[in-house]
Amino acid sequence: MSISIKNCDLFYGDFHALKGIGRDEGMEISENKVTAFIGPSGCGKSTFIRVFNRMNDLIQNCKITGEITIDGQNIYEKSTDITQLRKNVGMVFQKPNPFPMSIYDNIAFAPRTYGIKKRAQLDEIVERSLRQAALWDEVSDRLKKSALGLSGGQQQRLCIARTLAAEPKIILMDEPTSALDPISTGTIEDLIRELKKTYTIVIVTHNMQQATRISDKTAFFLMGEVIEYDKTRQIFSNPKDKRTENYVTGRFG
Amino acid sequence: MAKIMRKITDGILFAATWFFAAITLLVLLFIIAHIVINGVPYLEPRLFEFTFTSENVSMMPAIISTVFMVFLTLIIAVPLGIFTSIYLVEYVKKGNKFVMLIRSAAEMLAGIPSVVYGLFGMLMFGQFFGLGWSLAAGVLTLSIMILPVVIRTTEEALKSVGDGYREGGYALGSGKLRVVFRLVLPSAVPGIMAGVILAMGRIVGESAALIFTAGTVPQIPQTLGASARTLSVHMWALSGEGHHVGEAYATAVILLLIVLVINTAAAVIAKIFTAKGSGA
Ligand SMILES: Nc1ncnc2c1ncn2[C@@H]1O[C@H](COP(=O)(O)OP(=O)(O)O)[C@@H](O)[C@H]1O
Ligand SMILES: [Mg+2]
Repeated sequence: MSISIKNCDLFYGDFHALKGIGRDEGMEISENKVTAFIGPSGCGKSTFIRVFNRMNDLIQNCKITGEITIDGQNIYEKSTDITQLRKNVGMVFQKPNPFPMSIYDNIAFAPRTYGIKKRAQLDEIVERSLRQAALWDEVSDRLKKSALGLSGGQQQRLCIARTLAAEPKIILMDEPTSALDPISTGTIEDLIRELKKTYTIVIVTHNMQQATRISDKTAFFLMGEVIEYDKTRQIFSNPKDKRTENYVTGRFG
Repeated sequence: MAKIMRKITDGILFAATWFFAAITLLVLLFIIAHIVINGVPYLEPRLFEFTFTSENVSMMPAIISTVFMVFLTLIIAVPLGIFTSIYLVEYVKKGNKFVMLIRSAAEMLAGIPSVVYGLFGMLMFGQFFGLGWSLAAGVLTLSIMILPVVIRTTEEALKSVGDGYREGGYALGSGKLRVVFRLVLPSAVPGIMAGVILAMGRIVGESAALIFTAGTVPQIPQTLGASARTLSVHMWALSGEGHHVGEAYATAVILLLIVLVINTAAAVIAKIFTAKGSGA
């Protein structure tokens, strides 16, 4: 599934956090590609990525205008089924947040939410999701153990597996490796490259090397605006905007 | 010069702190020693017989009444308090006027002396609802009395659960009910338990509110409508009558033991709670 954004503004109370994203020709996030959001902290990357699964609904006084279309439907319409939306659009957070229950129950959490109760079916989903997240071999003998006993990198892959178990089409990742060591980061980057064959991935990253390593397209954010959005190679080798150039060459931010 | 002055004030403050801490400790030790010395000699097996007579002022009926009182009060107040807190923390928008009202009401209720609860309970449950002096009237009164304690500790426990669980749950498409009951509440259980134990302590130690509502009949209550005297009330009654001061002290020893056990349990649970942390 692709995402298209038209003229999106977002306010936290009086604070104008996103300013007219996709205001002229609109912004497209392509299917089965990795799209990276980069920019200095506080520029609205997390805010924007949370627009796509309506996580901002949880924040009081948060107002959004504009048109966000996923699979041909404006997700901010009243008729939107939020459960269905979040089933289609999964999310992985900055800090790994495995639930305080067994590895198995973590993965089975989403399918159970959607009413799947049959043991055999759940077993199958759990194994498939863990394999997809490249975690099966490490945990297959301790599925009943608490997920909190895993290492940080394993916990993050567990969170990815937990998201995959919902069978999403789009996966949002908000700085998924910023709390991890370089080796775990490498594992997750490999995983992302593998996952993009099947899923549309949007990733926020504070690490520009990471954006060049894994993403096809990159959007550069500054103070709530998308300054430049293009092929990743283009953004890093031949940016059109002076501010983008300054940022990617490390002159500020 | 300033340095010397500071050293002197530091020294004085240090000495004063120790002095007052020592006094506090001494007073406490004195009270405990006083109770133990006066009470232990009277701790005879016959004080644990199942019937109370004027010759043998057994505390067993009071122990059993205390257990009933604690159990029944918790059964009413704990679910009520937990659901109220869930509503306050998870469901209502911040800054809601109604919630601020509930919260300040709870704060105020927590500060009211227990005699006032006793008086209220007697008028409300004893007279208006015709329950008289009974286990039921006592239970209902104490339920109201400990509700603020349960609400406040549960609120704290719910708030201390990391938002990571909530976000993770919602991001998977779960509804509020599932997030609250499957993710937030289980993580808050140790904190809630600590609050429940605190409430137990309040019930066990209560006398004024119960004298007015549950009465002072020293036998095992056969029905909810029967009067029942708890250990604290028993102690108050014995020492008031003046004939059984030794037995009153013996009751105090048992009461002290019970409170000790309850407080230790609370401390242990609080420790588990902080060691485990809660939520991402
Ligand atoms: N819940 C919120 N309420 C008010 N302001 C917020 C909230 N969340 C984020 N902001 C503000 O919005 C801006 C963008 O934040 P964020 O999207 O988290 O930035 P980034 O992820 O790029 O670091 C920041 O100035 C931040 O302070
Ligand atoms: Mg962020």
